[in-house]
Order: sequence, then C-alpha cells, then structure tokens
Amino acid sequence: MAGGDRKYLGGLVRTSEGRISRDVFASQPVYEDELERLFARCWLFVGHASQVPEPGDFVLGRMGEESVIFNRDRNGRLHVFLNTCRHRGMRVCRYDQGNSRKFQCPYHAWVYSDEGGLIAVPKLESGYHNELDTAEWGLIEARVAEYHGYVFACWDEETPGFEDYLGDFRFYFDDYCRTFDGGFGEWEAFGGTLKWRMPCNWKFAAENFGGDYYHNPSHASVDAVILSPAGVEGRHTYDAVTRAREHHKLNVCFPGIGHTARGEYFKEDYEYMPTYQEMPVVEDYFRECYAKRRERLGEKARFFGHGGTVFPNVSYSNGVQSMGTWNPVGPHETEAWRIFLAPKDAPDEVKNVLRHYVIRYQGPSGLTEQDDMENWGYAHEGARGTIARRFDYHYGMGQGHEKRGWPAEWLGGDIYATEDVSEQNQRAFFDCWARYLDTPPSAQGARKNFEAAE
Amino acid sequence: MDSHRDTPELERLLLRHAVEQFYAMEAELLDTRQFEAWLDLLDDDIHYWMPLTRNMAFGEWEGELTEAGRDLNWFDEGKFELEQRVKQIMTGLHWAEEPVSRTSHLISNLQVEEDGEGIAAGCRFLLYRSRNETETDTFVGKRRDRLRRAPGGFRIAERRIFLDQNVLLAKNLTVFF
Repeated sequence: MAGGDRKYLGGLVRTSEGRISRDVFASQPVYEDELERLFARCWLFVGHASQVPEPGDFVLGRMGEESVIFNRDRNGRLHVFLNTCRHRGMRVCRYDQGNSRKFQCPYHAWVYSDEGGLIAVPKLESGYHNELDTAEWGLIEARVAEYHGYVFACWDEETPGFEDYLGDFRFYFDDYCRTFDGGFGEWEAFGGTLKWRMPCNWKFAAENFGGDYYHNPSHASVDAVILSPAGVEGRHTYDAVTRAREHHKLNVCFPGIGHTARGEYFKEDYEYMPTYQEMPVVEDYFRECYAKRRERLGEKARFFGHGGTVFPNVSYSNGVQSMGTWNPVGPHETEAWRIFLAPKDAPDEVKNVLRHYVIRYQGPSGLTEQDDMENWGYAHEGARGTIARRFDYHYGMGQGHEKRGWPAEWLGGDIYATEDVSEQNQRAFFDCWARYLDTPPSAQGARKNFEAAE
Repeated sequence: MDSHRDTPELERLLLRHAVEQFYAMEAELLDTRQFEAWLDLLDDDIHYWMPLTRNMAFGEWEGELTEAGRDLNWFDEGKFELEQRVKQIMTGLHWAEEPVSRTSHLISNLQVEEDGEGIAAGCRFLLYRSRNETETDTFVGKRRDRLRRAPGGFRIAERRIFLDQNVLLAKNLTVFF
C-alpha cells in the first residue's frame, strides 16, 4: 500500500500554488511513506560527542521511531547501532546512559561488543552445532558522521556524505557550531536529555523552528514577563540589541535543499552592547567573545543565527545552543528529545546563566515552547477532520518575493532570503520532503530484501 | 492529662497535623487558581527543583536523577522565576494555560521531621489536570520540602519534586507542584 498512487510534489504538496494538503500531517499511509522513504534515508542527529567522552560510554538515541545506541568504543571510535538483538529483536540496551564494553540481550543472552560484533551466543555448540556464522549477526550499524562534535547517523548507503547532505547550508550550520568567540571551540552537553511527548505531527515543530517569525504574536505572554537572563522584559537575550540597531531579520533557504534557518543581519558594524551588567564575569566573557568573533569573522560577524532545522527533523537554536529531534510516534504524536550545550571552557557563571535560561525557555517547562506546543497540538487536530481535510493549508506568504544573494553575497551563492516574515522556508522544506516521498525505495534496497527472503 | 501535652510524641502529632493542614490549604489555593496567594507561601530564597529521571543499570542509581545547579532539570529555580510563571498565566494570553487547567492536588503518605535545620516534610503527590475538552494528565511522584515556621503557619524554603516519569507524557509543565 505504501506509495500507492499518492503523488506528493504537485499533488499533496503544491507549494507553487502556496497550498499543502492537510493529509501531509495526519494521514497514516503518508506517515508510513515517511518512515520508509524519509527517516530511513536522511542524516539524523543522534547525540553530541561530549555525551560519550570516555571509551565505553553510551547514551540512547532515536532515529525515526527506532531506538539506537550511540557509543564510543574501547578504541575511541563512535558508533550508532540499532537497539535490537539480531535474534528476536529485544532491546539490547535499556539504560539511558552508562559505560559498557558489551551489550547483552536480556532474552536469550546474545552478547555484542562495544564495536557491534556478536561475541557470545549461549549453546553455540550444543544448540547451533557451531553452524551460526557470528560474523554475520552483529548489531545493525548506521553510517556515522561527527561534525564539530555533533553526531549524525544515516541508514542509507546511497545518501551523500553528511557534508554534501548539508550542501550550501553549511555556512549556517557552521554558524551554529561556532562558539561565542566565532571559532570552532568545544561545546559540552549539560547532563540530561529532555524527552517528552506532544500530540501533534512532527512536521509542525520542524517547520516552526525552521523559520516562522510570523508566529511571534503567539508569544505575547512571555514577552510580558522577564525570561531573558539580561533581566529585562522579553524572551531573548538579543531583544535589546535588536531593538537598538538597524537590521534585517532573515529567513534563509536554498533551492533544492530542505534545510532552513533564520537569523539577523545587522546593517551596520557595531560595538558590543552591555547585556549582563549585574553579572560581571558573564558580561566580561560575552564582551570578550564578541570582540574575538568580530576579529575572526570580520564582515561575516554581522550575521547572527537564531536557529533552524536540519532536514528533516533536527532543530536547533543558536547561542542557547539547543539541539533536538522531533521523533515521530505515528502521525498524531511526537516524542521530542533535546539537549543543551555550553562552551566547555566558559566560566561556570556563564554555563549556569545559559543552563538556567534554556530550561525556562524551551521544552515542556519552558515559557515559550509551552505556547508553541499548544498551537501545534490543536493545529494538528485541524488536520484530522473529514471535512477539514478537504481544505488545504495556506503556505503562500511572500511567494515570488524571495531574494537571491541578498543582503550579502557571502551569505550564500544560491540563497533565498526574505525579510521578517515569509513562508519560503516552509515551502523549501516541503518541496524537499515531497521529493523524498515521491522516490520509491531503491531497486537496490528491494533486491536486498529478495535476497534475504531466499 | 496535661502532663502529656509536653511529650515529644504529642508535639510530633501536632506538627504533623499543622503541616497536613498547611498542605491542604496550599492545594486549595492552587486548585482554585489563587496563584499569587500561593506565591506568598514560598520563602524568598526558595529552591524549586524537579530533576529529569534516567533509566540506569542496577547499582548505578546515583546517576538516576539529574543534578540541581549543574544538569538539565524540569525545574531548577527560585521565587523570581516562579513569579514570572504566575505572571505569564495572569496575562490571559498564555495559550498553554488559556483556558486555564482544572487541577486537583492530592497529598498523602505525609512524613514530618523537625531537626536543627527546620522541618523536613515528605509526601506523595497525585496531581490530576484536566484541560479544554479531553486533555488529561496525571502527575504522580514524591515531594520533599523544607519548611520554616512563619506567622500563621509555614513558608516553603525548599521543594524537591520527583516525578515518576522518564519520557514526560505531558506536553507541558504549566502547573505548579
């Protein structure tokens, strides 16, 4: 049934007309296509290298609906394994984190090494008569790419390498990966991963993070209280800076690439603006970082990323340095996972300000994302009704007003940028999504399945 | 009989009763949406903490909870931050709490000890939340407080909340525990 006669680009997804079918969010067959054609093919975020600093360290991750083990083996090499025994499928690891040189299945006690090999099978001689080729039955391992400490994994051999997968988006992802001083300093994840369920399709969250300044009015309640660590009303540290200076607020996407980002481009060069006056150590740190960043990046220091979505379901926020995944749990539910990081060499005062801020900003206890999730949840309800589904969602804002190579060439050769509010990023996201879903599982993949059946 | 009034046992019972009454009154304030009055029960230096819970291997339980002041937590804050949460609800524009939740705080298994540092009060809580038409959440866990005597009862100096969930099954934590 998967595939069927559904047509995505030009069918359910008609971005050229500024329309997308509600079925994209709430249809079970569409969801099944996503699992097979999207999540099984794309590079997905599984964790940060600092979560597994020592040989033997592991944390669990998720890729699509499935649990994976992200670990550092005894030789320091990073792996991502599907968390399922090759014998009957039981989870071989059920601890959120730990340090181990082996993973033993609780069911029939097959044992795998931290490098994934099947190293012990009970009754190999008396039961299997030594006819089991253990070399063939190691853990299922994904391709792994570490990019400035951020670790992504992919199941599909035909998907380009991670850097090619990023393509021209790399400038913006690099901007995210850079520490406050503009260099590729070392980030360190805080302990713990926020994990929670929300009653909406994962794409509501992915497209929101990818560039939806239009929803700012939904945060009126948090803008009326003090959330920013700067101690002034508002939810962003940069609000005061933004208000004081002339700037462009940009949505950025690239034709043919599903990754999307948003940020600010300040029109004029400017000096550091005091932000943490009551916290001298923090203030000095950010002032110094600011100067180093300017020196290091020159003209390009004028772009400040706010956040974005690495296609398809990896969303990040710059500076508060969050990174998370929107994991699908059926078409109607999402399990969000989120980590936060701070520069490893930053003073404890700085780390504490960042940590304290982010857990009050994002996630289920975050003043801002609480309202987002309320909107995503009930928007999703709007995608389910029999009558409602006859009517497309509108995705036409700013159509035809995208600008190329603007406001600065160095922002990206093939960039599409728009000022303030636009749905160009959403259109780019769904165009890419539709292309993935229009592509049936490869002949090669099908052949593998036949061989396995024989 | 008067001589019994001074026995430690009776003192403990009276204290326990007073704390029980205090918690019932606190729950009443929260469940009737008197959030600002609830804030008055919190001491100015309150630490309000709810860690994340990890699944850990047998014997490695020291890592089961994330640490206050160092790791990510669901809550790790003080009175100022709680005041902002109340203020946000009072805008009438906090969509995650508009319409406002219906809550019932049930407190049980009360254990009260007074020592040199004040009063330690532990309990189990069951917080039922109903919102809109069919949204429901049941939050169950342990709560460990530090209380200080104050005119008219107590002030909460520390509240540690241990929610019995790994993946949070609620879409938000807009309610107070």
